[in-house]
Amino acid sequence: MSDLEIPSKTPLMLETRQVCKQYQSGTTTLEVLRGVDFTLEKEGFLAVVGQSGSGKSTLLHVMGLLDAPDSGEVWINGRRIDNLPVREKDRLRNSSIGMVFQAYHLLPELTALENVLAPLLIRYGIFDWFTQRRAAQEKAEELLDRFGLSDRLHHRPRQLSGGEMQRVAIARALITDPQVLLADEPTGNLDEESGAGIIEALAELNQDKGLSIVLVTHDADIASQARGIVRLAAGIVDIMNSGAADSAA
Amino acid sequence: MADNAIGDMYKLLLCWRYLRTRWIALASVISVTLGVATMIVVNSVMAGFSHEMQTRIHGILSDIVFESHSLSGFQDPQWHIEEIERAAGDQIAGMTPTVAVPAMLSFQVRGQWVTRQVMFIGIDPRTHAQVSDFGQYLQHPTNREQLSFSLREGGYDTTDSQNPTKTPTRPALEHAGWPHRRMRVERERLWKERLETKKSAENKATRSVDQQVQDVLAATSPKDDSPETSSDVTEDGESRKNPFQTARPAQGRAMDPAKEQFTGIVPGIGLASFRNRQGVDQFLTLPGDDVKITFPTAGTPPKAVSDNFTIVDFYESKMSEYDSNFVFVPIDALQRMRGMIDPQTGIPSVNSIQIRLKPDAKLNEVRDRLREVFPSDLYAIATWRDKQGPLLSAVDMEMAVLNILLFLIIAVAGFGILAIFFMIVVEKTRDIGILKALGATSSGIAGIFLGYGLFLGLLGAGAGLVLGLSITYNINQIRLAVEWCTGSRVFDPSIYYFFQIPTIIDPVTIGWIIIGAIVIATGSSVLPAVRAARLHAVEALRHE
Repeated sequence: MSDLEIPSKTPLMLETRQVCKQYQSGTTTLEVLRGVDFTLEKEGFLAVVGQSGSGKSTLLHVMGLLDAPDSGEVWINGRRIDNLPVREKDRLRNSSIGMVFQAYHLLPELTALENVLAPLLIRYGIFDWFTQRRAAQEKAEELLDRFGLSDRLHHRPRQLSGGEMQRVAIARALITDPQVLLADEPTGNLDEESGAGIIEALAELNQDKGLSIVLVTHDADIASQARGIVRLAAGIVDIMNSGAADSAA
Repeated sequence: MADNAIGDMYKLLLCWRYLRTRWIALASVISVTLGVATMIVVNSVMAGFSHEMQTRIHGILSDIVFESHSLSGFQDPQWHIEEIERAAGDQIAGMTPTVAVPAMLSFQVRGQWVTRQVMFIGIDPRTHAQVSDFGQYLQHPTNREQLSFSLREGGYDTTDSQNPTKTPTRPALEHAGWPHRRMRVERERLWKERLETKKSAENKATRSVDQQVQDVLAATSPKDDSPETSSDVTEDGESRKNPFQTARPAQGRAMDPAKEQFTGIVPGIGLASFRNRQGVDQFLTLPGDDVKITFPTAGTPPKAVSDNFTIVDFYESKMSEYDSNFVFVPIDALQRMRGMIDPQTGIPSVNSIQIRLKPDAKLNEVRDRLREVFPSDLYAIATWRDKQGPLLSAVDMEMAVLNILLFLIIAVAGFGILAIFFMIVVEKTRDIGILKALGATSSGIAGIFLGYGLFLGLLGAGAGLVLGLSITYNINQIRLAVEWCTGSRVFDPSIYYFFQIPTIIDPVTIGWIIIGAIVIATGSSVLPAVRAARLHAVEALRHE
């Protein structure tokens, strides 16, 4: 059972309340997030846009528990998570949050199949792994097959194209059946065609599987394919269109 | 529940992959391998040397030595033996009295006198073999079975009886014994005659020297009857006379050195020979030659007395300290010459009693029991370990220091692992960020590098074990190969008196070496592992 499958009456999957984050660079203090209020409904698909330095990636990292906010709160599925112990955050990150990065971030020592299995390899101990291995491997192969990579199972990342690597990264993010997928400019390093394929795949996941997705991008065309748009400017939410009406329609 | 647990399967997989793909780490494995192999070889060789040395020391010395502080010794050894028997007889296998005095040994080599400082030891040949391995170190096979201080007709070993390879290294001993003695006597007589002839008969017709030699040899060569009277000689030519009785001529009769001997002595082989670079023993004197020994009498103040003796065999314990210092003589002869026999009662004195214990006896316990019975101001009672304490301690200390120094090799390998791991952590910073993003804990990240260090340690120690044991088992073949390649001697038997490098493989020592190497390798990866664990996920992901 996933950590976020806690019975909750809240319609919100992800929420930030007055999240602030600043970085110290020498004597200069850089305020990246200045009280961000953000909400993502269950089965929602939001694009976060904004100029470079507006705090899009930082917000995603805070929501993905990779970075802690200086102040404010982060809630997932009705549970406050920013104040959890480190080990609990690690566990949540492994089981309930899927992340996709612009630079793919695949482990070069592992094959495509092993990269997809990586979150489960992290989750299981040696003895558990031997009981779960067959099921996990079947699931990973199925995911890779869904993304058209059935002939790339045993290829190392350096043997794959950018589009293929990103699809492997998405498959990896999905292997644990996360409640929310956080994608940080997943098409940033791809050509137009490959990028379009990736966005199409994400839209399908949202539509068919009901996966809640936050997509960070600076590309307006890509953002328009999401159900709602949040625009960040200078560390605060400038415009927020959650797309709830569209979704309801 | 596995669903929520953070496991360690990924650590195992990544360790294995890093081991297979990061060849630079294997450089540190080689250091660990060489360190472990060196330690195994050195410890095995040192243990071999130490064991060999202890065996020889123990073989020469009896288990417990009961000594008098005085050079004049103590009276009535038989009474002392009975008292010792009463105190600890249940643990004693055998006892023998000895007399030991410092002395000077002189012999002639090509007309020049060679004098050596020696320890002159009177032993009882019937009982001495019961308390030490003395007999097995002699050069005549019959003497090894039962020592006699009578000169043998021949048959001395021309090979080293303790050397398994049996390389003929002592051709000079082929004629040792009576043949050598007769030859020497005739040579001296001929030389004397020649000088006399030269002086007195310039105008006389002289025959050739060769003819003279032939005539003289024909006249004096051993006939069917022995040099001694037939009644005194057994079938194999050995004397039936008391071997401890000085074979001196009767009063008023000149001694015939070709047929008679002085009191027999057995000097250490190191006093009479030296080993050349080819490993062949060069003898300065042989069994059959006469020597002079000067030693102190038992009175106060001691007076120096001198007497002639005949070498009847050589003693070779392979401990150069003993082989170049000890001269053995029949105890009763030495007691008589030193004046250690009471003229009224006929009761002799001795310096010490050598005691051999039963195999399961407790060395220190027997020593302490005897110390309780005999006053310490009159007697010194010590075990063989006590007597060689400084030497044994020095060897132990040498091994300890050597081990510390060699362990530093593995420590250097540890620093290599430390440096390489830091490099790998920098190289893998982004991967660490990825793993953290996927839910890996900081301790899990540290575990990857600790496991990697452990793998390297196991690999290095395993390879070192195989290499070290291979070298140890084949060390003598390797020595020969190195000597053949370089043309110089790696191991000189003339220094060590061992023909092969002795080795003993001690599983406990090897176990400690392996554990030490693994601990150092794993310990060296702690700092890089901590650094990796402390990396911030976001910063690590942004690392270029």
